[in-house]
Amino acid sequence: MTQPLLSVQNLSTYFHTETGVARSVDGVSFDIGEAETLGIVGESGCGKSVTALSILRLIQAPGRIEPGSRIEFEGKDLVTLGDSAMREIRGNRISMIFQEPMSALNPVFTVGDQVAEVGRVHGTGSRRDAWNHAVEMLALTGIPSPEERAKQYPHQLSGGMRQRVLIAMALMMKPALIIADEPTTALDVTIQAQILDLLTDLQKKLGTSILMITHDLGVIAETASRVLVMYGGEVVEEADVRVLFANAHHPYTEGLMNAMPQITHERERLNVIPGTVPPPTAWPSGCRFRDRCPYAWEKCEKEHPPLYQIGERHNSRCHLAVEPERRAHPHLPLVEQVGATL
Amino acid sequence: MNSDTPIVIPRGWTARSRLIRDRSTILASCLLLAMAIPCFLAPLISPYDPAAQPDIVGLQSVAPSFAHPFGTDPFSRDVLSRVIYGGRLSLTVAIIATIVSVTLGTAYGAAAGYSNGIAGAILQRILDALLSIPRLLLLIAIFAAWRDAPLFYFILVLGFTGWYGLARLVRGQVLALKGRDFVQSARALGASRARIFFRHVLPNVWSPVIVAATLGIGHVIVLEAGLSYLGIGVRQPTASWGNIIQDGSDQMATHWWISFFPGMAIVLTVMAFNVLGDSLLKALEPRRSVME
Amino acid sequence: MAAFLARRIAQGLAVVMLVATTVFFLIHAAPGDPFSASMENPGITEGVRAAWRHTYGLDQPIGEQYVHYVASVARGDLGFSFSLQRPVADALGSALPNTLLLMTVALAAGFFIGIVVAIAQVRRRGKPADHILGAISIFLFSVPDFWLAMLILVAFAYWLPLFPIGGSVDPVMHDMMGSGARALDRVRHIILPGLTLALLYFPLIARHQRAALLDAITADYITTGRAKGVSEAHLVNRHALRNALLPIVTILGVAFPALLTGAVFVENVFSWPGMGRLIVNAIGSRDYPLLTAAVLLGSMFVIVGSIGADVLYRALDPRLRDEL
Repeated sequence: MTQPLLSVQNLSTYFHTETGVARSVDGVSFDIGEAETLGIVGESGCGKSVTALSILRLIQAPGRIEPGSRIEFEGKDLVTLGDSAMREIRGNRISMIFQEPMSALNPVFTVGDQVAEVGRVHGTGSRRDAWNHAVEMLALTGIPSPEERAKQYPHQLSGGMRQRVLIAMALMMKPALIIADEPTTALDVTIQAQILDLLTDLQKKLGTSILMITHDLGVIAETASRVLVMYGGEVVEEADVRVLFANAHHPYTEGLMNAMPQITHERERLNVIPGTVPPPTAWPSGCRFRDRCPYAWEKCEKEHPPLYQIGERHNSRCHLAVEPERRAHPHLPLVEQVGATL
Repeated sequence: MNSDTPIVIPRGWTARSRLIRDRSTILASCLLLAMAIPCFLAPLISPYDPAAQPDIVGLQSVAPSFAHPFGTDPFSRDVLSRVIYGGRLSLTVAIIATIVSVTLGTAYGAAAGYSNGIAGAILQRILDALLSIPRLLLLIAIFAAWRDAPLFYFILVLGFTGWYGLARLVRGQVLALKGRDFVQSARALGASRARIFFRHVLPNVWSPVIVAATLGIGHVIVLEAGLSYLGIGVRQPTASWGNIIQDGSDQMATHWWISFFPGMAIVLTVMAFNVLGDSLLKALEPRRSVME
Repeated sequence: MAAFLARRIAQGLAVVMLVATTVFFLIHAAPGDPFSASMENPGITEGVRAAWRHTYGLDQPIGEQYVHYVASVARGDLGFSFSLQRPVADALGSALPNTLLLMTVALAAGFFIGIVVAIAQVRRRGKPADHILGAISIFLFSVPDFWLAMLILVAFAYWLPLFPIGGSVDPVMHDMMGSGARALDRVRHIILPGLTLALLYFPLIARHQRAALLDAITADYITTGRAKGVSEAHLVNRHALRNALLPIVTILGVAFPALLTGAVFVENVFSWPGMGRLIVNAIGSRDYPLLTAAVLLGSMFVIVGSIGADVLYRALDPRLRDEL
């Protein structure tokens, strides 16, 4: 196998707060190849956004990337890279698209100016060149009459247009990797589809790799080739997208799938995973999902499950990998039992 | 945090612990006590009679010494004694005037925020007008005309011209509270207007009032000093920090001690009030934590 | 925009009239009148005083005096100053440019120092430099205006005689100087009072600016900027500052009256021939028309300050600019 574009190994990002250490990302490893789209999926609080921010070293105090973490990108370790070298990479080799396009744009500058700024920071041309380039990129993302739009302020554009601006900004320097953190969550459903189409389309044109962070398995199905499921700051399952949808192993992944609205099945109600993600300052011992898991048994409390290999390029952090027969006997998860006795 | 819950008690709790942890609060409180205690014990600890002029020739404007740590003024009076007695007066004036203005400001602001329709609009317009009067110029005009007004009226006028800013703040707070769920639900339960006001609205406007009072005392100390310096505040021979500075103002270059020490007393006291007000603001209302 | 301005100006004029009324009655209700103060001078007989009172209309019923006063103010006539023996409008008119010059210098210097201090504090937030600058700010915020002015005058005009002791120009030499030397003479005279006033008011700006910057620095668009590879310095100086300047503009409305107060004291200490000095000199002679006019002019300052801040805010915020 050829050298991956980005290789994250044992990434841990902890927040050292007054109330304790929040282990938001706790030993995460994955690779992204050239022109590949990797999806990271999970509920809010599972550590997926912190993982994304860690790659660009955008974690602010009291957060810290812990020693022992490695983020290899184009032959450099981003964890130990100097600040100015890191700035060279941001927006240039790796760029980011944020969730909330209104607040991610500075309200007092024109959108063209903000897109062009990427060119001014990283490019060699004049301000004029950067501006023209920005207008081209706005055109590329399908913004009609980009020359006029570039002179407008964020509040004068619609939500979908603003997200296109952010995409234009991310594509300015033709980066090797784009990190998209919930790029469609704040948008209307119809606009969501347009934006996702635009992203996959541009990826094909430019050969960029994408790290797609989302809570929505539908987005993953539409865009990603490989998927990472995160829970409690850890990777709990990883597989190629077809394998995962056909053959989900981890009970958490199973829960996410069941929670997806499906057109083919007529269902009484949407299934949801009972309970919530525990606070990152107090992960349970053993398996972090056990209180919400319908299969959990004593072993899950005693032993923190490793990432078992259960198929070709398919790993799962669940003891069911060694005792598969237990899947036949689901029970009420602990959180619901407690709820019942109260 | 749920913004609809009445937050008086829990907020007070966290506010108190935040205050106690803050080192500058402790420093400011100590400084304030160190300034205020001697002033209020003036007759006990003052080395001389502040008005006595023992030797107008021999002891005129003498530099600081053991006998007169802050020196003497042009009338041979002991500056330290005058600063102590002056502090008692300046602090008293500031505290009473601030009590007057805080009472007026809270009452007016609550009334303006609580009345509906035309009455509320009129009260607001009047407040707007009052807010654009420059306080110092108004006070100069008033006291230039009423030159022999007794001290009591001086304090009252200081209080009566100092409540507009607080009234605006309280009005805003009351308006915001009026729309909140716990007030609405009290109304739905049939509570009387007066009951809603005293039980639900008033307890929630305390924090801006306390902050305004703390900052207000410091401000009035400076204002009183300024007016007394101009000769229209506290009259001789009664000492106040402002008029002691005036005693030495035209010989600052040669007899600096006469004006320097009362000035330092003002700075330290006012600074203590400002730091304290600032800490209170941070603790009680983290969102508005800039000095108004 | 025009409608907005017209409404604000109309409101302002109504407020000024209200203020004039209030001050008029507050002053005239005082016992005695300006001429009873001349009591100490035995050469002035009761007859002379009565004649003076008649000349200035003080012997008329207060209601008539008020109607007369309002009518003349509406015509732009602010009355006749008895202590200066010239029309009040005239006296204020010649003093006002000096005060405005002093205030402009102080405002510019104060905003500049305040913003620079705030940026320095935010760049080093939580570090010793932040705390030290904060302590200096709160110290200067607590100092009585006149006392700081006196200290600075003594320090830099007497003990270290670097600057002239007062006035706006050299009283003897100025008229004989060439134009370059005259300009230099003016600059030398304005430095101490201007700087004093700026020192007194920069803390107000620095404290607000710091809070606004800290607010802006946590915004999402700052994270976007970081992700774009923009440097920290550039993020503070361009992205955060531009947003944080908006709330500061509203401080103009507060800074204006504060500067006016400061100017009253600073002008007196530095013998600066402006409004503040005129006003203080009018205290002794109980010059009613002058004192009333000063309060009127002061409230106009406040109103102009707040309208100016509103207009500027609308001009600077692209979200409001469309409504212009």
